[in-house]
Amino acid sequence: MATVQDIEVRDSAARTAAAAEELQDMHGERMVLNMGPSHPATHGVLRIVLELDGEIITKADPDVGYLHRGDEKIAENMTYTQFIPYTDRLDYLAPLANNVAYALAVEKLLGIHDKLPPRCQYIRVMCAELARISAHLLGLGAFAMDMGAVTVFLLSFTEREKIYNLAEAISGARLTTSYTRIGGVMRDLPPGWLDQCQKFCDEFIPALNEFETLLTRNRIWVDRVRDLAVISKEDAIDYGLSGPNLRGSGIEYDLRKNQPYLCYPDLEFDIPTGAVGDCYDRYLVRMEEMRQSTRILEQCIKKIPGGADNKTNEPVNVADGKITLPPKQKVMSSMEELIHQFMLVTEGVNCPPGEIYFGHENPKGELGFYINSKGGGTPYRMKIRAPSFVNLSIVPKIFVGTLISDTVAILGSLDFVMGECDR
Amino acid sequence: MSALETAQKIKAKFGDLISEPAEFRGEITVKLADAEQITAVCEFAKGQLGFDYLVDISSLDNYGDDPRWTVVYHLRGLKHGNELRIKTDVSEEKSELPSVLPVWRTANWHEREIYDMMGIRFSGHPDLRRILMWEGYPYFPLRKDFPLAGKPSELPGIAFTKPAPLEGGPFVTAAGGKDAISREPRIRNPEE
Repeated sequence: MATVQDIEVRDSAARTAAAAEELQDMHGERMVLNMGPSHPATHGVLRIVLELDGEIITKADPDVGYLHRGDEKIAENMTYTQFIPYTDRLDYLAPLANNVAYALAVEKLLGIHDKLPPRCQYIRVMCAELARISAHLLGLGAFAMDMGAVTVFLLSFTEREKIYNLAEAISGARLTTSYTRIGGVMRDLPPGWLDQCQKFCDEFIPALNEFETLLTRNRIWVDRVRDLAVISKEDAIDYGLSGPNLRGSGIEYDLRKNQPYLCYPDLEFDIPTGAVGDCYDRYLVRMEEMRQSTRILEQCIKKIPGGADNKTNEPVNVADGKITLPPKQKVMSSMEELIHQFMLVTEGVNCPPGEIYFGHENPKGELGFYINSKGGGTPYRMKIRAPSFVNLSIVPKIFVGTLISDTVAILGSLDFVMGECDR
Repeated sequence: MSALETAQKIKAKFGDLISEPAEFRGEITVKLADAEQITAVCEFAKGQLGFDYLVDISSLDNYGDDPRWTVVYHLRGLKHGNELRIKTDVSEEKSELPSVLPVWRTANWHEREIYDMMGIRFSGHPDLRRILMWEGYPYFPLRKDFPLAGKPSELPGIAFTKPAPLEGGPFVTAAGGKDAISREPRIRNPEE
């Protein structure tokens, strides 16, 4: 006769804690392990020096700066418009969102942030939301691949490809878009772009549902990420986390709602928050944010002033010759426009003296620009508040006590980009 | 309570140390006269006025002016949604002010970055190392007297330590300057 035996399996956090307690009696030698800067799970060039007691991490010291290019120094030496291509290379998974953030910051300094034409605002919102979906897809795909679920990575890249095609159609470039200009965008939407975008939205939700079936209730996935690296509300605020990492800890703070800019007040969307603050919550928040971004996109497609082919000739740039470049045919025929073009290209947009900070809800968190101007076309000082940099500073705290095999899961759930972290 | 009212409360508490709140584009800035008091001011702002979130710390090099450094703190209260900027000057001889790490732990990396880029030290910071540049790098690259092209350093084996080459590209121009050569920012020597 078969005997039935009950086996008690505690949850992973309790198991880790119990294992740590057991190990405290064993005064083993600590081993120092170097992770990165070239490691597939560090998503770039992050180096972490881990101190191990057996399999348990006792100390983690992140070492950043391998991708430091001195963007803030460069910004002090060129006009505001010339810096736009550099913003592509901050968070290179969401260049369109960086373009929007930077343009809005300079426009705040100029005092024209509330005078942007409505069509321009809708275009910019769509850019930012497409960038959010694209960045979250890569973050999700890479996270899943590090956990061994390679299928999700491949599927998410199929969807990202469509977003790259959309970016290519509006800006001519797939990665280095440089789409916005101070006071507007480079050019209006091309014909048929909104239909293409709608098609993407229609196809994306079923694809996202498929990713969910692969992960959300997958036993292996849930066991690996649930109750792992819990960040409490207090810690999340104290360490200055932002974006999905802050909301994953249960704090409902989103700059699109709390400090509304562009046309976000006219759009309906929800802010997902986590309950526990573990890796699984951060994953769920990103999944829901992609759905909400699709919802925003669909509303924008319906509500955009001028519609698909802009028959009513809605402007996409502010009508100020001292800020945006005049139409080319006028430059060739009219003295005033010629002077404006010449001054804008050689001297840059003349900004008033003063200082501003503008924070934008980027896919990774709050991308902020602090601009200190002494007047003229060049900033005196520009500080970039990079969300990845701030989010990574919590690593020494949450790594301690976890297992070495969990490092890749925690890094994947924090979802950072080193181009932005190191600037 | 608006951001201006919170600034008035700080002024009421610290008196002449705090300047009149200045407003620009809807943002409130106050200036603290004595940098040694920054931790006390921040503790008051966090404890009494609900500024629980430190958004950013940045630094300014007022090259040619005295005092040379300005450190800029950007505070936010997540509950009431107000923002406040506190600025304080630090002289070049001293180049040191207290750390706000006991108030917000996110200050850790921000202060390390300012030390790395500008060379301003934060007393009481437990781990004031370089963060973006490598350990042993001799200069502070965001200072205004550091040229854009870079300076050669004595560490040939560690990294690329020569000035950036001018031949080839990318060709950059800065606003102003009487001819194309003076518009190339990389050849400018700030010490001249």
